[in-house]
Amino acid sequence: MSSLRQIAFYGKGGIGKSTTSQNTLAALAEMGQKILIVGCDPKADSTRLILHAKAQDTVLSLAAEAGSVEDLEIEDVLKYGYRDIRCTESGGPEPGVGCAGRGVITAINFLEENGAYDGMDYVSYDVLGDVVCGGFAMPIRENKAQEIYIVMSGEMMAMYAANNISKGILKYANAGGVRLGGLVCNERQTDKELELAEALAKKLNTQLIHFVPRDNVVQHAELRRMTVLEYAPDSKQAEEYRQLARKIHANAGKGTIPTPITMDELEELLLEFGVMEQVDESIIGKAAA
Amino acid sequence: MPQNADNILDHNELFNQPEYLALREAKRVFEDARPVAEVKNIEDWTKSWEYREMNFKREALTVNPAKACQPLGAVLCAAGFEGTLPYGHGSQGCIAYFRSHFNRHFKEPSSCVSDSMTEDAAVFGGLNNMVDGLANAYNLYKPKMIAVSTTCMAEVIGDDLDSFIKTAKTKGSIPEDFSVPFAHTPSFVGSHVTGYDNMMKGVLTHFWEGQERKEGAGINVMGGFDGYCVGNNREIKRMLGLMGVEYTLLSDPSDVFDTPANGEFQMFNGGTKLDDVKAALNAKATVSLQGYSTDKSCDYAAAKGQEVVKLHCPIGITATDKFLMEVSRITGKAIPAELELERGRLVDALADSQAYLHGKKFAVYGDPDMVYGLTAFLLEIGAEPTHLLCSSAPKGWEETMQALLDSSPFGKEAKLYPGKDLWHMRSLLATEPADFVFGNTHGKQLEQDTGVPLIRVGFPIFDRHHHHRYPIWGYQGSLNVLVKVLDKIFDELDRNSINGVSFEFVR
Repeated sequence: MSSLRQIAFYGKGGIGKSTTSQNTLAALAEMGQKILIVGCDPKADSTRLILHAKAQDTVLSLAAEAGSVEDLEIEDVLKYGYRDIRCTESGGPEPGVGCAGRGVITAINFLEENGAYDGMDYVSYDVLGDVVCGGFAMPIRENKAQEIYIVMSGEMMAMYAANNISKGILKYANAGGVRLGGLVCNERQTDKELELAEALAKKLNTQLIHFVPRDNVVQHAELRRMTVLEYAPDSKQAEEYRQLARKIHANAGKGTIPTPITMDELEELLLEFGVMEQVDESIIGKAAA
Repeated sequence: MPQNADNILDHNELFNQPEYLALREAKRVFEDARPVAEVKNIEDWTKSWEYREMNFKREALTVNPAKACQPLGAVLCAAGFEGTLPYGHGSQGCIAYFRSHFNRHFKEPSSCVSDSMTEDAAVFGGLNNMVDGLANAYNLYKPKMIAVSTTCMAEVIGDDLDSFIKTAKTKGSIPEDFSVPFAHTPSFVGSHVTGYDNMMKGVLTHFWEGQERKEGAGINVMGGFDGYCVGNNREIKRMLGLMGVEYTLLSDPSDVFDTPANGEFQMFNGGTKLDDVKAALNAKATVSLQGYSTDKSCDYAAAKGQEVVKLHCPIGITATDKFLMEVSRITGKAIPAELELERGRLVDALADSQAYLHGKKFAVYGDPDMVYGLTAFLLEIGAEPTHLLCSSAPKGWEETMQALLDSSPFGKEAKLYPGKDLWHMRSLLATEPADFVFGNTHGKQLEQDTGVPLIRVGFPIFDRHHHHRYPIWGYQGSLNVLVKVLDKIFDELDRNSINGVSFEFVR
């Protein structure tokens, strides 16, 4: 297991986590790395750009069909996409029922026990939203991901989520080996975004590993269910992802134990950068006269 | 009142007194019970071929599966180590169930604690329960090791034992160097057999991981989940002792579940010394007497460089020969004349009773290794296995069983039912009766419903006492199984001929 590098991407929903992770992993594959992507989102769209299709055969949908996970074969759930990247999706229940967190645990256990990780250089977990329950923390347990990368932007809620995820990592980092690898800022063109992201990274005792500029080519590629690396390999944006991939590759063992901040501190940070106005405390909770 | 202190009636007699009969009749009216004849008709229909075919098409329902849940197995495994307190991370009810199960089977106390997770733990996670639970268990009961397994609740909310135990250590619940092996044992996956395996692997991982292996001359022996661990382990130790083999029996609860009434309570009496578990990494080989019940643990031993031999309950001549010859091959120690003598006696006993065994039809259900072991024994004595059912059959079991059946002409008629339950078995016995059925106490209702006599071999056995004290493995153990079978055969023969011409004095 020593040569296997396990990483995970976390971040607020809709932040471009899956897009960023797939482009970055495609760039890592270009560097000759053998990669397995484990999508840990019931929506099962963490591998869409690599496979050019949404993975229909998730671990849990097949298990539900077959009766139990024990009835599955590993070949049924592993798909191969761009540059032979191995892809699999945990899948999960429909919204409003069941327990998606348990689904993540079940799927990861199945993959590990059945040799899905054999011969890989990288395993990357793509996890939805915040660390909402123990199941979604599965990838940051001991002997799973060594570093977590948080995808965020200059928007307040994305930063709030990044801080929350740091809290989740901290819980496991004290007793175990999981570390925060860094923040990846997906540009939203908010005010002073780069500075803000850097400041937050500093507060969290980590680094802004890369600032990914906004570029429409990402949307063009997405429409074709492709990564930019495959759709427009010579584009400037592809080069950005390559840079990020190189940085992550060189970041092995350099993760840190995060120092999450309080909500007040986060608001202070936004004030400092002029993103948020000082609130007049006297008007809070008062209805219109 | 029909009951009085001068003449106490037992409950069968008591509840057939007129007062109680009237009470039950009134209850039928109150419950709007269906007419007796109608109930009888439907009951008869559930024993028809038509119903059997419908029963086997059942998809979304399990009725009375012949298996228990993972942590039950984990607790039995943990109990076999020196000074070890089995600890369930979960709610109290689960642990009460494991304890009462062992109480009822072994008729002995069973030490096991829970960290008593309740609603708040389901919301906030069970970390605080682990921190307090380990501290309390350590200070109150002073064990040498605490082996943690999980229940459903902890598994659904995704509690991470590894990180919880480490955190409990940093918070000072227990000393840093105190051994707390653990296993995730979700009850909704696998069975008690899987749970046993997971805990065994957890203990081995705890002591072996990161250690350097220097191969020695000894061997490890694993018994797997075994309701006869008291008798079997002692028999295994006796045989290996006669051979002069250096060995470590990995998990030996034989003295936990057979404590003498000498006025001293032994809370922990696991027979496998912790230092021996550490040293077991250096063993030349690991021999498992129940390969399915120790599957992942064996693979782990193999990954560490040990030779692994997986057997499936050595019942009978062939299976015991195989066990002893494998041990002899690995260790270079000869099989002593004393064991050869025992073998000869068993062969003689089988030959003496052959006329009564030949061609008798047996249905079998139970754990995967047990069904294999009993089937192999049946084939060897010229009996005919018919319905072979295993609710907890792992992958590959069916193929291995089929190969066994194909090896003997007596196996031709047998059919395998992996993953089926005892309601399926009821249909099988009702439509194609066997002469006898091997199973645990849950087979009692099968006997009641279908009239097929139950021979009690398996776990749990709640309604007969002390059978766990007698081995069923090895030559001596096989003799015990043979006698169980013959006793039932002769009892049935006598019962069926009690008013007939052949109520013989000599059988």
